[in-house]
Amino acid sequence: MAATETSTATVPTLYTNTLRNAFGGVLSFFILLLIGVLAFSIRLFSVIKYESVIHEFDPYFNYRVTQFLTKNGIYEFWNWFDDRTWYPLGRVIGGTVYPGLTLTAGTIWWLLNSLNIPLSVETVCVFTAPIFSAFASWAAYLLTKEVKGAGAGLTAAALLAMVPSYISRSVAGSYDNEAVAIFALIFTFYLYIKTLNTGSLFYATLNSIAYFYMVCSWGGYTFIINLIPMHVLLCIVTGRYSSRLYIAYAPLVVLGTLLAALVPVVGFNAVMTSEHFASFLVFIIIHVVALVYYIKGILSPKMFKVAVTLVVSAGLAVCLAMIAVLIALVASSPTKGWSGRSLSLLDPTYASKYIPIIASVSEHQPPTWPSYFMDINVLAFLVPAGIIACFLPLSDASSFVVLYIATSVYFSGVMVRLMLVLAPAACITSGIALSQAFDVFTRSIKFQLPGVSSNAEVDAGETSSATAEAQNNVVKTEKTETSKDRPSRKSKKKEREHVEKPSTKAKAEKKRLLALPLEASFISLLLLVLLGAFYVVHCVWAAAEAYSAPSIVLTSHSHDGLHVFDDFREAYAWLRHNTDVDDKVASWWDYGYQTTAMANRTVIVDNNTWNNTHIATVGTAMSSPEKAAWEIFHSLDVKYVLVVFGGLVGYPSDDINKFLWMVRIGGGVFPHIKEPDYLRDGQYRIDSQATPTMLNCLMYKLSYYRFVETDGKGFDRVRRTEIGKKYFKLSHFEEVFTTHHWMVRIYKLKPPKNRIRGKTKKSKSKTSSTSSPRKSGTKKKNPWH
Amino acid sequence: MVWVFNYLSLNCWRDFFTVKKRSEEEVAIEFGVFIEKRRSEEGAIEFRAKMGRTSSSKDDAQALFHSLRSAYASTPINLKIIDLYVGFAVFTALIQVVYMAIVGSFPFNSFLSGVLSCVGTAVLAVCLRIQVNKENKEFKDLPPERAFADFVLCNLVLHLVIMNFLG
Repeated sequence: MAATETSTATVPTLYTNTLRNAFGGVLSFFILLLIGVLAFSIRLFSVIKYESVIHEFDPYFNYRVTQFLTKNGIYEFWNWFDDRTWYPLGRVIGGTVYPGLTLTAGTIWWLLNSLNIPLSVETVCVFTAPIFSAFASWAAYLLTKEVKGAGAGLTAAALLAMVPSYISRSVAGSYDNEAVAIFALIFTFYLYIKTLNTGSLFYATLNSIAYFYMVCSWGGYTFIINLIPMHVLLCIVTGRYSSRLYIAYAPLVVLGTLLAALVPVVGFNAVMTSEHFASFLVFIIIHVVALVYYIKGILSPKMFKVAVTLVVSAGLAVCLAMIAVLIALVASSPTKGWSGRSLSLLDPTYASKYIPIIASVSEHQPPTWPSYFMDINVLAFLVPAGIIACFLPLSDASSFVVLYIATSVYFSGVMVRLMLVLAPAACITSGIALSQAFDVFTRSIKFQLPGVSSNAEVDAGETSSATAEAQNNVVKTEKTETSKDRPSRKSKKKEREHVEKPSTKAKAEKKRLLALPLEASFISLLLLVLLGAFYVVHCVWAAAEAYSAPSIVLTSHSHDGLHVFDDFREAYAWLRHNTDVDDKVASWWDYGYQTTAMANRTVIVDNNTWNNTHIATVGTAMSSPEKAAWEIFHSLDVKYVLVVFGGLVGYPSDDINKFLWMVRIGGGVFPHIKEPDYLRDGQYRIDSQATPTMLNCLMYKLSYYRFVETDGKGFDRVRRTEIGKKYFKLSHFEEVFTTHHWMVRIYKLKPPKNRIRGKTKKSKSKTSSTSSPRKSGTKKKNPWH
Repeated sequence: MVWVFNYLSLNCWRDFFTVKKRSEEEVAIEFGVFIEKRRSEEGAIEFRAKMGRTSSSKDDAQALFHSLRSAYASTPINLKIIDLYVGFAVFTALIQVVYMAIVGSFPFNSFLSGVLSCVGTAVLAVCLRIQVNKENKEFKDLPPERAFADFVLCNLVLHLVIMNFLG
């Protein structure tokens, strides 16, 4: 920075300037450290209120896979075929799981154990998410610093550390893919913007490697590989093509496609599915544009016009031919090359029509308006201000941020689960908006404080050559973030160091005229701080009350203290200790992961839901009368059936509430199950007005068997009615275990009868005649007896 | 029409073998076709007269081609070497695609890794060329050694991935 001042205080001001820069750097470092600690500790509520346990359903599968990895090593993990789920089909774990999360946690565990810090695998798994949320805040700081400067970066990082939508998927214990994937997402975007700003091939390489980590971690990587090409196209169309854009994009496509194809889950989908075609298309387009710019550079304008007319006529024909071939290829597949999940995102009505399993998951429903305010709170109305701030001035990086927030808002409107992708975008734009607002107010105050205007002239000696341009902009607009030399910013609470000082008093007067009134600035500053306080209070409340429930342990507060409902673990422990290792357990797919992880038994269907017919088989069995259900389960070698029942304690997510989905999914594959058979006048009831099909189906019987013995009337606390059929016996199942609060009920299939007394029907005689010679035949043929 | 065609063909052959300039003009005037005279650096003239149509598009093509050539000849030699490398990589990729079209794509990962390695090195070489080109204002304070080091690093990563994916 050149000091062109004639005052005698040149050297000291330069010295204080560098001192202030250094002080700002150190302060930023400590603030970032504090933000990391904040992000980590706000997610520990579940550990404090309950215990260090893995939450929900999906994390139990990831936990089991991590256990296997730590026990058997990476080669076994890569080639693992799991025969304890989806009986009798099994599941290829190595090829169907996104390995990023498990490899990360496994690496951390291995590292700590090699340093002789003996943490168990469960502890590492539980605390992986908070650690990576701290990393994600730092990545958000880096990204926003590239877009707008360090002040906006610190604000965005502080906002992201606390935003409830991110907390909900990354509390301590929520050991799911999003825990590391959001960090990978923000870091990949940061490296892309850094490459775009600097044009360095080194950052392009790092960008590809970060993208590889993202592909390993989450299926949402398709968002990156479609957003970046969209942004490149936007830059080209708005005339912002530069060679840095080429360096940022072209190596990413080639390296990224290769690296994505390396992950077994993606494999050849990286070049064959429509999710990736956008990147190839824009790859071709950017090469054409680069060639055009190159030729334009070396030719004279007249020749260039000639070239354009010639090439346009020839190239258009070739392009049309290629596009026709491509369209024919894509249109030949019924889903136009998109996978089911992507189609359900692009067309929100697709899942309910064609894939009922995706439609049945509660987190795949569109969000309601209150959930926006619950999840991103104050940021919801700071985001538009941030978008406007991105336009003043518009750079490549800020156009990327605008595109990111626009697309993520759309996708969050399709599925509640994708509010998670909105959270970083909202934090970045709100950080920019808040930082700009603080900038304006503090500068207004600074210029109107009585002692400061003289300082303003003394500091005028620090103007650099670039600020002459900036001063013109200062005269035009109040928000002058256009300084090209990016002065170091301190935190929002400190006074700003102004580099673009007016060198004459006239300019100082002009600037003072454009500042806001002093009292208004003070009050606005106070209100902004109050806004931040509201945000913090809400985030802490949301983290503590709403998002820290492990859902495997439930609590309720009543007049005689705290009740803990630990029924799930009780049931799984009973299964683990009282059944044989090879026994098969049938339940609805929600509980598959937990059963394999905690009870260590083979299940029929689990949360992976890759085989719709298998799930429909279980759904049909649950919807059929006892005998038909017994036949289906017996054909699958099932020994135990598990149902979840919440009627005694009022637990609303039990199997009776999910039963209609069982009917729908089963009826989708087996047409003899019809949903109207279970509804009375279109209403779903289990009381005395319920249909006979409903009262006779297996789910009803298994849920309400002996329920009337609890209070004499059989009052279901969730449905708030008395049940329809109260006194009945089970003929093909026997109850073996019911947990303390009747929340999990386990039944055993009765073996087929050897002998049938009395009048035999044709079907019964068939089963007895087929079963008895089989038994006698095996006895005769078995040579070992 | 046959007579015209014969005359044209004769004239074409004559033009091809001789470098006389006057005869072209005679032919042009006789057929009422407007021909622009073009001189390239080597002095040879090649053009074709089309019956009943202005030849400006073809001549423009030739003119464009020549001006491109002259402009390109002035690039420094290190950039030309990089361009040669890019051309070689693209050519290798094309050969692999043709081979796949003939033989079938059975080990698809091998085909993908082969083609993408060629395309990848081409892209990286273009990036190197962009950064090393002295006329590029954005990279004037980037030392070419740094650009080459980045190029080597990126190629290392690319080829590591290729080796892994080759199968």
